[in-house]
Amino acid sequence: MNRIKVGMADYKVAVAPDILMTIGLGSCVGITLYDPVLKIGGMAHIMLPCSAHYSNNFNKAKFADTAIEILLKELIEMGAVTRRLVSKIAGGARMFEIRSTDERMKIGERNVEAATKVLESKGIPIVAKDVGGTYGRTIELNLEDGSLLVKTIGHGEKIL
Amino acid sequence: MMKIDDISKLNSLYLDVLRELGNIGTGNALTALSSMTGKRLNMRAPLVKILKLSDVPDLLGDPEKKVVGVFFEMSGDVKANILFVLTVNSAKQIINMILNTEAVNEEFDDMEISVISEVSNILVASYVNALSQLMNLKLAITPPAYSMDMAGAILSVPAVQFGEIGDYALYIETDFLEDNDRINGYIFMIPDVGGLEKIMRNLGVDY
Repeated sequence: MNRIKVGMADYKVAVAPDILMTIGLGSCVGITLYDPVLKIGGMAHIMLPCSAHYSNNFNKAKFADTAIEILLKELIEMGAVTRRLVSKIAGGARMFEIRSTDERMKIGERNVEAATKVLESKGIPIVAKDVGGTYGRTIELNLEDGSLLVKTIGHGEKIL
Repeated sequence: MMKIDDISKLNSLYLDVLRELGNIGTGNALTALSSMTGKRLNMRAPLVKILKLSDVPDLLGDPEKKVVGVFFEMSGDVKANILFVLTVNSAKQIINMILNTEAVNEEFDDMEISVISEVSNILVASYVNALSQLMNLKLAITPPAYSMDMAGAILSVPAVQFGEIGDYALYIETDFLEDNDRINGYIFMIPDVGGLEKIMRNLGVDY
């Protein structure tokens, strides 16, 4: 069993019994896809909602829309079937409460909204989520059973 | 005039200027902190860290380590984010020094959080004042926003703006240490890209 680390603006796919993990999600969102029959899955650590708003959008893992596309594409190449896939998402916090006109502080909510919309459009159900709040999260997707462990500091630990 | 569109390719003159800003800002901030705590503080040479986005959460080592972060937005003629980061132990020491208490609890109460916020506010205001004088620019900061959380989640907040233009982030980092190693902290200045151009222009740096 390998623990495969997914960095910020990064994605990985893997097969059971591996574990995919990403550390310190703040306003970023961890998006996971899992095919329970083949026990394969993917995880992306996205920073921004939508690639279309930016001219430099080559890094697909940075945006909710393109990250889901690339995860889906790679999982299908590995034999996954779209209608079997389930998704779990976590993150999208607002780390600092700041009175600001700057929309950047609301980026967490917008990331969650974008991820939800794109997954819906692909017909992939979000079977569990742990989003929002004002605290960071570390997540681990266990490809043996598709469970998602969410760890925090001061807000407990849960398995989705 | 050239436009900065790829911060991974900034030239060395640029980096020297940014280091110098870190130097002057932090020097001023530490003078303020010294007079509040009565302790001597030493700073390390500022570093301009240009990082791939994926490496930002690891900026201070273990991204899951619990730290105290106080976040500010700098506005006015130049926009930037300023992040003051303390180890939990250092935050405790500062609270003890200011309140003359022996805080042992790791969960700070409202009073203790407000001490840290206020100390950070004075510190960061001193930092920004120094920059304002140096560059002859009008600069202001928002009130402090406090968080105690994973280093990775805190450090990633200012990186979002860089994500919008590319795959690298620029953090001007200055570490400081108290004489007896009891206080250890970091001040990060993270200018936005438009801000970088303006800084250079106002300091008469050609690029």
